[in-house]
Amino acid sequence: MIEVKNIRKGFGDVEVLKGFSTTFKPGQTNLIIGQSGSGKTVFLKTMLGLHKPDSGQIIYNGNAYSDLNEEQQRDLREQIGMVFQGSALFDSMTVEENIAFPLKMFTKMKKKERIARANEVIQRVNLENANHKLPSEISGGMQKRVAIARAIVNNPKYLFCDEPNSGLDPNTATVIDNLIREITIEYDITTIINTHDMNSVMEIGDHIVYLQKGHLAWEGTRHEIFKTDNKDVTNFVYSSNLFKMVREAQNAK
Amino acid sequence: MSYLHSIGAYFIMIKDTFVKPTKGRVLSDLIFKEIDDLIIGSLGIVAFISFFVGGVVAIQTALNLNNPLIPKSLIGFAARQSVILEFAPTFISIIMAGKVGSFITSSIGTMRVTEQIDALEVMGINSLNYLIFPKIVAMLVYPFVIAIAMFLGIIGAYTAAVYGGFTSNDAFLSGLQEDFIPFQLFYAFFKTFLFAFLLATIPSYHGYFMRGGALEVGKASTTSFVWTSVAIILVNFIVTQLLLS
Repeated sequence: MIEVKNIRKGFGDVEVLKGFSTTFKPGQTNLIIGQSGSGKTVFLKTMLGLHKPDSGQIIYNGNAYSDLNEEQQRDLREQIGMVFQGSALFDSMTVEENIAFPLKMFTKMKKKERIARANEVIQRVNLENANHKLPSEISGGMQKRVAIARAIVNNPKYLFCDEPNSGLDPNTATVIDNLIREITIEYDITTIINTHDMNSVMEIGDHIVYLQKGHLAWEGTRHEIFKTDNKDVTNFVYSSNLFKMVREAQNAK
Repeated sequence: MSYLHSIGAYFIMIKDTFVKPTKGRVLSDLIFKEIDDLIIGSLGIVAFISFFVGGVVAIQTALNLNNPLIPKSLIGFAARQSVILEFAPTFISIIMAGKVGSFITSSIGTMRVTEQIDALEVMGINSLNYLIFPKIVAMLVYPFVIAIAMFLGIIGAYTAAVYGGFTSNDAFLSGLQEDFIPFQLFYAFFKTFLFAFLLATIPSYHGYFMRGGALEVGKASTTSFVWTSVAIILVNFIVTQLLLS
């Protein structure tokens, strides 16, 4: 579980996160949504420890990140898996080497054991015949699977995903969404996804946090988001023509 | 002010490169890979340039020896002095700032643009140590490259001078051994070690701290070449003043 308490973060005179609190529970997919510039990425990076908050706390299973010493922070980071927007796979390594990389860095596993574990995860994310290919030799969807496999190979307790669907076609995006959800439930991970994809919200939004101009403007589930009276959320949700048409069709009935 | 900020950031980067070391087994793999990329991959161009520039030095010296009172052995002497003191350590290092420096800046810069460095940081890895420390260690082998450049430079000079008919074998060899001061070799290799450090760290700095996209990677490579060359020239001047004057 990750608890966020009255978090604030600014850069120079601009305050990006303006003090809000929320809780992300394990075994469910937590989505952070909001318009561009609402502070989603800063929030994600602050939770990851890449930005130091100006005030407030990020509490991982009862331990405030800011109270941990360097070694404890490093240990905590080993429990975190991250899927980057552009996958962030290491160009010079093969798919198998990319996935086994966290094991090589943080475990005492021998090469055979590392490869065996990497292959286990490769099967889990349905990647076939790509072990010895370089990231540049596989498709965007496959790269996302490799990124997910690398993120979960060391059995993390927390999984962060930054726009995991960006650049993917709708079918592949749905497959990736479902894969993240299945893994979240299977391994009881606290998963936090940064997205502005409404399909993801509908598919896997167990807990949704809507950010607006650095404030937490609304939170709830994917079922509640379509019934809310919050105008900002409604405007965001129905900014998609598809959803607008669905709403108009429902109103016409 | 921005220059002062950059110089400060460069020294902080160097300090941070030596803390929170990467696992030894991983590091040794990275070092061997860097030796292959930075050193072995540069041998061909260094050998080619050294041989022919050595030859040109000999020909230029020979063509300027119009006075019959000046012995032809001066060709060997001038070739040795130019190659050992300046051409091999300094001129080759500036070429390496273009070849190795651009490679380092663009590879680290691309990692920055594609969030690979963020990925390392999120995993709790000291990305500076992981990326830059192996390059610094690999560049400890760089003096061997310069030794090869010295050797081939003199061979090139010998070939051009003797087989080009500018001097005899004996005259060239006697000039080559004339007034040899072993300290000059120490001076040449001492500054080579300093250049090696600059070649590993300045391009790394420009790659690591770059912001933007593919276009900025290209700009960072050019900037890194300029600043590495400037630093090499300045350090060369200072070391020469301190050790030889």
